[in-house]
Amino acid sequence: MPSENAPIAGGNFPLTRWSMVAAVRSDDPAERARALDRLCDAYWKPVYKYIRLKYSKAPDEAQDLTQGFFAEVLERDLLSRFDPAKSRLRTYMRLCADSFVLNEIKHAGRQKRGGDAVHLALDYSAAENELDKQTIDPATIASPEKFEEFFEKEWIRSLFSSAVEDLRQLCNTREKEAAFALFESYDLAGNNVSYSQLAEARGISVSDVTNQLAWARREFRRFAQDRLRAVCSTEEEFSREAKALFGGKL
Amino acid sequence: MPFLSDQALERLRNLEIAPDLSGTRYSLGEFIARGGMGAVYLAEDRKLSRRVAIKVLDAADPGGQRADRLEQEARILAELEHPGIVPVHELGRLADGRVFYAMKFVEGARLDQFLARLPSLSERLRLVLRICDAVAFAHSRGILHRDLKPANIMVGAFGEVLVMDWGLGKVLPRPSRQSRAGDVAPGGDSEDGLVVGTPGFMSPEQTAGSSSALDERSDIFSLGRLLEFAVKFPVGGRSAGLPLSRPLRAICDRATTPDRALRYPAVRALSEDISRYLDGAPVSAHRENWGERFLRFYRRYQPAILLIAAYLLMRTLFVIYSRR
Repeated sequence: MPSENAPIAGGNFPLTRWSMVAAVRSDDPAERARALDRLCDAYWKPVYKYIRLKYSKAPDEAQDLTQGFFAEVLERDLLSRFDPAKSRLRTYMRLCADSFVLNEIKHAGRQKRGGDAVHLALDYSAAENELDKQTIDPATIASPEKFEEFFEKEWIRSLFSSAVEDLRQLCNTREKEAAFALFESYDLAGNNVSYSQLAEARGISVSDVTNQLAWARREFRRFAQDRLRAVCSTEEEFSREAKALFGGKL
Repeated sequence: MPFLSDQALERLRNLEIAPDLSGTRYSLGEFIARGGMGAVYLAEDRKLSRRVAIKVLDAADPGGQRADRLEQEARILAELEHPGIVPVHELGRLADGRVFYAMKFVEGARLDQFLARLPSLSERLRLVLRICDAVAFAHSRGILHRDLKPANIMVGAFGEVLVMDWGLGKVLPRPSRQSRAGDVAPGGDSEDGLVVGTPGFMSPEQTAGSSSALDERSDIFSLGRLLEFAVKFPVGGRSAGLPLSRPLRAICDRATTPDRALRYPAVRALSEDISRYLDGAPVSAHRENWGERFLRFYRRYQPAILLIAAYLLMRTLFVIYSRR
């Protein structure tokens, strides 16, 4: 297991476990900014896609609302009201997003945010591309429960995508690109090939394929768990979230 | 950042529980399937250079209940040395504390996949008979399967039938026999109120959660459902399977009647009825009328009856023409 303060591959900052929620409220602006960065990293895409689909907002409107939501999280210290004993953080974030968007719709004429408002550099075009690839018809998401499921899935997608990116960077650093290529081909792309076919195609032994894939999977798991821990506030919450993330099995 | 498809997400969620086999004689291979307690992986036994299947718990299980259950499953498999039951090679623990066992890797198809390319009724029935043989053997050792369903039946490359996944197996107390060293202890989820099994294939007493009341007839109920499934499962490309004749319908009904007292008392009795049907003999579960008896008689002795009829017809024609 990595040490608690081990830096995350990919240039992310070390964060003491369980501290992210507290760090967002820190008096130290640098620490607060880093924590918000981590929070946004995990949640901005799910929030953006959720607003786009649930409220049928155009991209520019959804972008404004997403920026506004994260600014509100910070300005109104919304995380101070979060109680891990009562709900999961992602449920709380979704409900806050709902409340924020409904409030914004109600005060549609309100002046746009500006001045001191927090502005996050988010790659909305990437999120739009992902929505295109998913080809989701909002009409098929008929009930509120389905939107909850959608948000949940997007949150998992966001967390796993970050963990895959961490793995890719680690492989580059350690010159293990071959292991990442195997992981990408077998586990991400899901090419219906056997280990022996992979070994033959790459001119390596089957046990090399097994070992490299096992290593890549272990590292991916470590990154996913680290990222999950970073957005949890207690050990109990992490345990609960991990069980939900991994289908009740950890 | 890479975009992960829904399928990739599911694979990654499964990956999260991929076991670390370092410290064992096995190298991890592909993920094969998921069960209630854990996952099954293909692995290579480095010492013997052969492929095996490894079943491993999802979590270290500090409470120990799931680990006990997996150990129990491995011991049940070790007890049941039969060609129709997958043999276990080793029971152990991984470095992270998870229990695992290694068993024979079965190359073949699941029952439903195999049935899709098996159009012959008699071959389907013979396949069910082989399942019955394995279950009857387990019953003779005082062990119930409790989760007989198509997903737990594998048909190997040479037509061998294997009953898999004894994770819900229940060991019945055997007062008549003195226990031996190494016997599997009576047990399994015997807590009343706990429903174990699969809807559609489990008996009413399992559905009711009366675990302590289960006996061999609960597995007989599942075998009845499997028999019906095997007959009715459509051959690849067609929308419907084979029709259930009245005797076969009666066999299924008797095996799956809600009142246990009216079911077959033992798997052997069910097998005998299926065998009798295959031989064209009357089955105990169905009282025939005269028409059915004639039809069965005709089907059983069809070549001889046709031969005699042809002979009589020729004799008659010969007599008629010779008188002209």
